[in-house]
Amino acid sequence: MTDLAPDRPAENAAAAPGPGARAAAQLRRSGLGRKLVVLLALAAIWQVAAVLADKPILFPTFTATMGALWDALRNENILLAAWTSLAVLLKGYVFASLLALVLVSLAIVNSLVREGLQMLIAMFNPLPAIALLPLAMLWFGLGERSLLVVLTHAVLWPFALATLSGFDSVPETQRLVGRNYGLKGPAYVVRILIPAALPSILYGLKIGWAFAWRTLIAAELVFGVSSSSGGLGWFIFRNRNELYTDKVFAGLAMVIIIGLVIEGVVFRLLETLTVRRWGMQR
Amino acid sequence: MSGMTVKAAVPVIEAAALTIDYQTDRGSVRAVEDVSLTVGEGERLVLLGRSGCGKSTILKSIAGFVKPHSGAIRIRGREVRGPGPDRIVVFQEFDQLLPWKTVRQNVEFPLRIARDLPGEQIRARAEAALRRVGLARAMDAYPHTLSGGMKQRAAIARALVTDADILLMDEPFAALDALTRRQLQEDLLRLAEEIGFTLLFVTHSIEEAILIGTRLHLLSAHPGRTVASFDTSGFGWDDLASPAFERVAKEVHQILFAPDREHADTPTKEPARD
Repeated sequence: MTDLAPDRPAENAAAAPGPGARAAAQLRRSGLGRKLVVLLALAAIWQVAAVLADKPILFPTFTATMGALWDALRNENILLAAWTSLAVLLKGYVFASLLALVLVSLAIVNSLVREGLQMLIAMFNPLPAIALLPLAMLWFGLGERSLLVVLTHAVLWPFALATLSGFDSVPETQRLVGRNYGLKGPAYVVRILIPAALPSILYGLKIGWAFAWRTLIAAELVFGVSSSSGGLGWFIFRNRNELYTDKVFAGLAMVIIIGLVIEGVVFRLLETLTVRRWGMQR
Repeated sequence: MSGMTVKAAVPVIEAAALTIDYQTDRGSVRAVEDVSLTVGEGERLVLLGRSGCGKSTILKSIAGFVKPHSGAIRIRGREVRGPGPDRIVVFQEFDQLLPWKTVRQNVEFPLRIARDLPGEQIRARAEAALRRVGLARAMDAYPHTLSGGMKQRAAIARALVTDADILLMDEPFAALDALTRRQLQEDLLRLAEEIGFTLLFVTHSIEEAILIGTRLHLLSAHPGRTVASFDTSGFGWDDLASPAFERVAKEVHQILFAPDREHADTPTKEPARD
């Protein structure tokens, strides 16, 4: 896990591509050793600051947090809480991604749908998903359905935006090649547009993932238990109420670690197997 | 018509009184005006003109990508209604190869879409086409690892792999360095002799036009109009320095750069010669 830590700036900068993404790419190239050094330095600073502050209830040390995480792993089933969160998240994520792909494909063929979709994106993309939670709870009650509504909202618009701009920037020549061989409609979208726009689609998936994860944890904080066991957000919330600050930190660490694993392993692997291999992304 | 008695073969490509407009922010601009051309079986017609003469636009409309404002386009007597795999286009841009497919997969692509051959035959034909253009060793490479010349070779292989015997080439060698271009011109001529496809070739190089074409169609610019036509079937590689070649090249040059053609608005009527 340690070699993934320097990817953190990349996640923070996810909303603003360009220099951030490039800096992240450079960091990735910089090798395992340097990453470890950065990570150790951060841990050391944390440890020293916490010891100096000397308020373990408000600001636990690094070692105390790791101890609490270890304890939570062994005795409190934090992994089950994480899985509870992830299971809900994946449902919403997959549904929203597929819905976005369908909408964007329709927008490609029909200019009216396109205008409509652009309008909806402009309206809803800036609207924080969590702001919809009260309404979702009112309509769908306390439970997974409300969470799914909010998650769908969190993923759908940014992913649709990235995909739409990806489709728009497919080189003219590749479009013409597809049409030359008689491709039309869905076959044209699947065989030309989607692979040609894959860098943007993957980027949109990453953004969507970050938004979904963020939204879900926040929703669980408000929500409490969505199923019998409760997710990571609930774990954090519960421990805060009982003033187990080290466990709150452990929960946060878990959120970060899962985010890093998805970004650094799953998405990295996807990119290495596709767009990097094809020379579509450096 | 007295021509009725002659064996009136239907031309492979026929464009009659083609007028093409394109849309800009400030309205529509006439790109091509009243251009007629025919290309017979196995002929190689080259469209030559300065930039803005609409030569690429004519090719795109014959390919079916651009709808003409008026006029008719027929392929073997049948009206063109859109793009189709009976006329394969080779573009100038290197990104015409799909970057997510290997060279082999790119060449197999049109056959896989057509879906009328079993997989084994598709593979065999793709390999044969690649060998034909001298890419046997780069079959499993991804396009981004190839040089510009190799990419264009792969695109030509992709055009040859289908049963289409009509090739439309839009300045395919314009982005290559001089030596690679020469090599590809030679190879194209060799392939044309071997296979005997019908070719419409767009270029802005006078030398390339005379070498590649059996016939040459000169266009003026803004809008594109036919100004002259030459028979260049007799010229091959050995004639590059011959007086006849130089004479044609000079004449073409003079027509293209005639001073009155600088003023795009004055319509000039030049007798077409053959």
